[in-house]
Amino acid sequence: MYYRQAGTYRTDYAQDMRLLPLKEDRILLGVVLLAAFAVIPFTASDYWLSAILIPWLCLSLVALGQNILMGYAGQLSLGAAGFMAAGAFACWNFMHRVDWMPFPVAVFLSGLIAAAIGIVFGLPSLRVRGLYLAVATLASQFFIVWVIDKFGWFKDYDSSGIITAKDIVIFGKSFTSPAEMYLVVLTITVVLTWAAMNMARGSVGRNWQAVRDMDVAAEVMGLSLLRTKLQAFAISSFYCGVGGALFAFTYLKSVEPAAFDINLSFRVLFMVLIGGLGTIIGSFYGAGFILLLPVFLNIFFHALFGKAVDATITSALEQVIFGVMIILFMIYEPLGLAKLWQNFQERMRRWPFKF
Amino acid sequence: MNPEILFFFEVLLGGLLAGVMYSLVALGFVLIYKASSVFNFAQGAMVFFAVLSFVGFMELGLPFFLALLVTVGLMVLVGMATERFVLRPLVNQHEDTLLMATIGLAFVLEGLAQLVWGVEVRRLDLGIPDVPIMWIADATGIFVSALDLVAGLVAAVMVAVLAIVFSRTKVGLGLRAVADGHGAAMSIGIPLSQVWVFVWATAGIVALVAGMLWGARAGVQFALVGLALKALPVLIIGGFTSVPGVIVAGLIVGASEKLAEVYIGPYFGGGIEGWAPYMLAVLFLMFRPEGLFGERIIRRV
Amino acid sequence: MNAVTESHVPGVERAFPIGGPILQLDAISLRFGGVHALTNISFDIREHEVRAIIGPNGAGKSSMLNVIGGLYTPQEGTIRFRGETLSNMTPGKAARMGIARTFQNIALFKRMTVLENIMAGRRLFTHASFLEVALQLPRARREELESREKAEEIIEFLEIQQIRKTQVSRLPYGLQKRVELGRALAAEPQILLLDEPMAGMNVEEKQDMCRFILDVNDHYGTTMVLIEHDMGVVMDISDRVVVLDYGKKIGDGPPDEVRNNKDVIDAYLGVAH
Repeated sequence: MYYRQAGTYRTDYAQDMRLLPLKEDRILLGVVLLAAFAVIPFTASDYWLSAILIPWLCLSLVALGQNILMGYAGQLSLGAAGFMAAGAFACWNFMHRVDWMPFPVAVFLSGLIAAAIGIVFGLPSLRVRGLYLAVATLASQFFIVWVIDKFGWFKDYDSSGIITAKDIVIFGKSFTSPAEMYLVVLTITVVLTWAAMNMARGSVGRNWQAVRDMDVAAEVMGLSLLRTKLQAFAISSFYCGVGGALFAFTYLKSVEPAAFDINLSFRVLFMVLIGGLGTIIGSFYGAGFILLLPVFLNIFFHALFGKAVDATITSALEQVIFGVMIILFMIYEPLGLAKLWQNFQERMRRWPFKF
Repeated sequence: MNPEILFFFEVLLGGLLAGVMYSLVALGFVLIYKASSVFNFAQGAMVFFAVLSFVGFMELGLPFFLALLVTVGLMVLVGMATERFVLRPLVNQHEDTLLMATIGLAFVLEGLAQLVWGVEVRRLDLGIPDVPIMWIADATGIFVSALDLVAGLVAAVMVAVLAIVFSRTKVGLGLRAVADGHGAAMSIGIPLSQVWVFVWATAGIVALVAGMLWGARAGVQFALVGLALKALPVLIIGGFTSVPGVIVAGLIVGASEKLAEVYIGPYFGGGIEGWAPYMLAVLFLMFRPEGLFGERIIRRV
Repeated sequence: MNAVTESHVPGVERAFPIGGPILQLDAISLRFGGVHALTNISFDIREHEVRAIIGPNGAGKSSMLNVIGGLYTPQEGTIRFRGETLSNMTPGKAARMGIARTFQNIALFKRMTVLENIMAGRRLFTHASFLEVALQLPRARREELESREKAEEIIEFLEIQQIRKTQVSRLPYGLQKRVELGRALAAEPQILLLDEPMAGMNVEEKQDMCRFILDVNDHYGTTMVLIEHDMGVVMDISDRVVVLDYGKKIGDGPPDEVRNNKDVIDAYLGVAH
């Protein structure tokens, strides 16, 4: 990296246990946050804000949820989109039925609803894992979307079956421009990411990982497998629900249940696999990658053929690229982009020496 | 006979025959699982890939049997490529890692098939009429098509052949040894790569057959992948290691989803068959995780 | 028997003299289907002692340990902990009673670091809910710091400072065994069950492990129950030995007594029937 660690001494454990033990890292984070909050909203174009940055943050939250469950607690899930749908429609109903409810409160409550559903569908994890569990989560995926689709109440009997996002109003101030919505999403994302980091590297995360790596030993230490797994399901679904609500209100804007189909679940899975299982930051890398690949493919084809290529071809090509990347990552670096970046940092730390 | 009862039997029969299709997909899955303890998520994608390629070759002007032969060859190639580029580098890895890799493989196959052959829905005419056979309809009042009967028959023959290969031949013995442990099998001189190529090629051919029967019924299109996904609940209900298990489970899933759709569906606006098999599988997971005929999962310390 | 006050170093007083029975096993029988893993086994474990369970392969040693640890439920017999009869033992209950263990085939959390593994062992001392942890409320921070301090104490004790941030799957076998001992110690157990702590080790590693076991016993007064194949080791470090063969108890007593027991010699050397 561009700065060295030498000469940094930690004199007590509290210093060693900080989120970012290096002073340089803390400065860097400060700069990034400052840019994200104070520079980007005023400089980025509306296209960048509403077509790239907002969905990236929303999907990063969802990927974070998927990663908590899969990367930390080791429970394979193919149902992220179902919980996103639950969050999105719960949020719409809160906003629709309770006039005065501030948007962040509605989002938080939607997360709780998704968490409750997550606990129910997490129950099979007490008996099975791996592909068996994946099939159980597929059930949640199909069932949740079906329920929202078929029961008119969830859409307040709108004949089109599509809901339209309400304006985001927080204590009288409305957030409707891309920059304003971006700030709302960014704030929620930063807070939830901070919370996830605290859990992941604290006792909660160690319990999840213990269950993932060796459940018998975890049980012998006095850990309740039941509680730990359901907790992971609940928290993961909470993040998916919040991400889904934000995704619907700030990106999709008009939402039908079919938007949260199995393909979206797979995309979330890929974000985690490519970004890095069991790393918080990897969720952001993965979401960014999955989101940007089609954009880059389009630019690439434009440059190559001078015109846009049929969307079906790019989407098929995307599938092939995702598939190949997942196979390669599974073979060479199961911890994904996050690990690649870490390896690079470690190499730079020693540079120009080999060892 | 009472028309309501007749209707019930008709729905049931329709469900059972759809179930045969699920069983066929699940069969390829069991084959690979038994021989390598890999959960092959790509089995559904292989169905789509195989039948789309077959239709594609026919469109290029190849006669039926030549197209069939070429597609079989293609599936063998897919098996070899999978062994070389996916399985071999992942020998002895955790089963979840292998599962993820096969999810990647599924997307590669789906994407490739659409890149090469396009995304339009194709019709596939096997020359077997998919209309009710009149003399059966006249005699019993139940409508069954020749395609249904052929599908059932093909499934039965495949199951019988595979069962014999597994239990009676030296190849089958080798497969079972590999399933027990990759390293151990290699150490007693079983050529792991050849066994895997063999199994994956066979599963590819099973996928082709399933895809042809299915494509003839529903058209050759991407939706086949979603249908093939229903092989997963079938596997859970049947038990991942049992050939007869998946056949019975396929029938159960097919029959129950159609009955649920027809008798319960109208009250909720339909679409129950989209999730019913998965919910049934969840119930099994809660109360009988090893499935109907599977081996009990034993935890050792 | 009189209380033993001499420590493992001859002539030095034991900091924790051996006391009364802490765990009493009475007529334990365990079956798996038709297989009799344990038949009518009774013995006791005294507070602060090093108790070994030995026997040939398949004698039921691991089953015995799993019964004590709550992983297996025997069909017959009772277990008393400090005089109190236990029923419906589960691993969780055993842990809360102060029983910790290591496994025959190392059962570490492979993808976590040494430090994280040992801190994970502090499970019973962390009470902060996930919300407190997520929001870094004072109790969560305090417990985390306490866990770290305790873990560092164990790391120092086991002399594994330089690998504290290494992922355990990258450590050699002997060190992994040591880390597993550390994780068990983090629970501050009253009884520590060690399932073949020295299996697969070379002489030097065995000596190290012996030293750690005795140090733990001396330093924390932890009662030790260990399964071991190496007779030399067993005779050296244990206070009393139980001998199992084919699921039955064939000997029980101090090492010297057991060594001269005819049944034990037969079981180990084989005898023409």
